[in-house]
Amino acid sequence: MARIRASIYTSHVPAIGAALDLGKAGEPYWQKVFGGYEASKTWIKAHLPDVVFLVYNDHANAFSLECIPTFALGTAAEFAVADEGWGPRPVPKVIGDPELAAHIAQSLIQDEFDLTIVNKMDVDHGLTVPLSLLFGQPEAWPCRIIPFAVNVVQYPPPSGKRCYQLGRAIRKAIESYDAPLNVQVWGTGGMSHQLQGPRAGLINTAFDNAFLDRLIADPGGLSSLPHIDYVREAGSEGIELVMWLIARGAMSDAAPKVVHRFYHVPASNTAVGHLILENT
Amino acid sequence: MALDKPYKDIPGTTIFDAEQSRRGYHLNQFCMSLMKADNRARFKANQRAYLDEWPMTEAQKQAVLARDLNRCIALGGNIYFLAKIGATDGKSFQQMAGSMTGMTEEEYRDMMVNGGRSIDGNRFVEEKS
Repeated sequence: MARIRASIYTSHVPAIGAALDLGKAGEPYWQKVFGGYEASKTWIKAHLPDVVFLVYNDHANAFSLECIPTFALGTAAEFAVADEGWGPRPVPKVIGDPELAAHIAQSLIQDEFDLTIVNKMDVDHGLTVPLSLLFGQPEAWPCRIIPFAVNVVQYPPPSGKRCYQLGRAIRKAIESYDAPLNVQVWGTGGMSHQLQGPRAGLINTAFDNAFLDRLIADPGGLSSLPHIDYVREAGSEGIELVMWLIARGAMSDAAPKVVHRFYHVPASNTAVGHLILENT
Repeated sequence: MALDKPYKDIPGTTIFDAEQSRRGYHLNQFCMSLMKADNRARFKANQRAYLDEWPMTEAQKQAVLARDLNRCIALGGNIYFLAKIGATDGKSFQQMAGSMTGMTEEEYRDMMVNGGRSIDGNRFVEEKS
């Protein structure tokens, strides 16, 4: 049977990808960000999954306002890297797992999560920056990846509670798959940031660290945090953090082992948060 | 009964909800068209003519021509869509975000390096005097 061994959480700031792609990773400004991922890169070499179920959001690249799916599961064999307007990132294409993705789609819909199923979707920095942070700059990504895009662009995104419950349904779906796969679920986006209006540049370190504490120790309680608290306290784009609750919900009910925790301000406009949790 | 929109009293913030999305549909779809290199070239060659191909309001077109991102957002624009204009102009996300704050690019960058804009005094409109 497939098993979820661990979950990873990270911000997915586009400037992080640009810094890597343009060879700026060694600069002092960026070393403070990348330094926080060195232990993670070592850990993941020893805990390489067969498949990553990667929760992220599209930033007006695959989806315009023509179609705004709340939850979109990528079931394709492969996914091209999006041109977001600056040219596509020079990173490998993403190889999916259509069989496992189809199994998850059927299981989730039967569990009353009314997904959108996507067989053609370019993936943007929301998905590729986390891969770069964990895997560096390889010729090919070292595992299969199932993209799961959540609408957090047009308000309201799904509630934290809905996301957490979805994570639990994803756990059930993956653990009912009849192949001995090692699966990780990643939750990306956040932490506090606001990219628009006179309040742009907002950072709330206290909120972010309390969020990390509760995500580890009290995810069920954290899932009841209302949208308004995210946007008021963590910025209009900080609401991306609801996606972390999907990955957390996919973990077992026992307390997880905290393998790594990192927090740094800033990367461009954003507070960078990162966690690795292992099922015990 | 009207929907509850408790986010209206957050200072300096416009939440891109269904109402804003409806207002800004053509503005944002114009932005989306700039993901294609051919369209970027046509827009740069004659911005006004390119904008006139879209059923946008005159106010939206003027806001784009002035690169007034706060005005674009008030008229229904969303930052992830507006970022396509920035990409066309060769601007980074930090330059775009900073342009909405009344700060210079350097002041904004320094604020971020020093920990960002504090939440204190920035939760509610009535806190801003």
